[in-house]
Amino acid sequence: MADIAAPDRSGQHSRAASAQTGVQTHPLRVYFVVWGWLFVLSAASYMVDYVQLEGVLRWSLILAFMMLKAGLIVAVFMHMAWERLALAYAVLLPPLALLVFVAIMAIESDYTRLTRLFSFG
Amino acid sequence: MTHAPSHSPAQPRTPGLRGVVADWSSDQRAFKSASWRKAMMWIFLLSDTFVFGTFLIGYMTARMSTVTPWPNPSEVFALHVGGQELPLLLIAIMTFVLISSSGTMALAVNFGYRRDRRTTARLMFLTALLGATFVGMQVFEWSKLISEGVRPWGNPWGAQQFGASFFMITGFHGAHVSIGVAFLVAIGWKVMRGDYETGGRGSYENVEVMGLYWHFVDLVWVFIFAFFYLW
Repeated sequence: MADIAAPDRSGQHSRAASAQTGVQTHPLRVYFVVWGWLFVLSAASYMVDYVQLEGVLRWSLILAFMMLKAGLIVAVFMHMAWERLALAYAVLLPPLALLVFVAIMAIESDYTRLTRLFSFG
Repeated sequence: MTHAPSHSPAQPRTPGLRGVVADWSSDQRAFKSASWRKAMMWIFLLSDTFVFGTFLIGYMTARMSTVTPWPNPSEVFALHVGGQELPLLLIAIMTFVLISSSGTMALAVNFGYRRDRRTTARLMFLTALLGATFVGMQVFEWSKLISEGVRPWGNPWGAQQFGASFFMITGFHGAHVSIGVAFLVAIGWKVMRGDYETGGRGSYENVEVMGLYWHFVDLVWVFIFAFFYLW
């Protein structure tokens, strides 16, 4: 076990150390920086709506800000960046199946929409 | 780590169900650094990812397949402040409140590992307070929409599926936040009482596991904010 009574204030924490012991002691600065970025990214995605951007620019920005925020939360706040790869893969890979589901349902809803237009339009 | 003698396949083991349990609980640990608490919380969150993922896909299907136009969330969720319509104002404030609560939670985990009992508990109660504020604002939002005539089966502005998607998704998220607040108060109370000082009644890792749940709630909101409110 790492000495949890002595917090790491050096600003350099060993990735290997926390992956071995599972004890997450990181300098506070990391959290404040991420916190700040989450605020900035949220404000940015709010601005996308505020200035009424449309089309490809709108949804690409929404998705980009969303993924950046999600990445920061999972990697730093949830400490996934310091966990062993076995855990990271076990948790992060299965949700990719949802993308397949999204593709299937997108095709399906296109079909439903066309059917509705033909039959009730 | 001592090396157990390797079992040959022919070696008899405990028969029946006991044997099954013995095999599954033998020295085969996939997540070497994560304790069972942390691993199980992650697996629960993974299953919850699929729950919310499926909700959002259901919403996508409804929105893509409808022939009536979808109500514009920018206008539906606008607030009237000082004679001016501000789009999504309440949602923006809710987003900032939830992100702040995630920040205080992350700090609580850190102070927990520093064995700073009081600061940890205070930060956890602050997190719970921010979470309760979020739920309060959601109640306000729900009652505003209900008073304007939004129902799961219809609304004054367009596609009928809007209400069902909205109540389903934000309702499930709000329930997660509410459960999180109760969970925070419970663990915060244990921290305050000094349960994790001796190690006999759990350790400060419980704060981190609690934190995982709380950050997940924030994470889900990131996706709801993007797909439901901004899209």
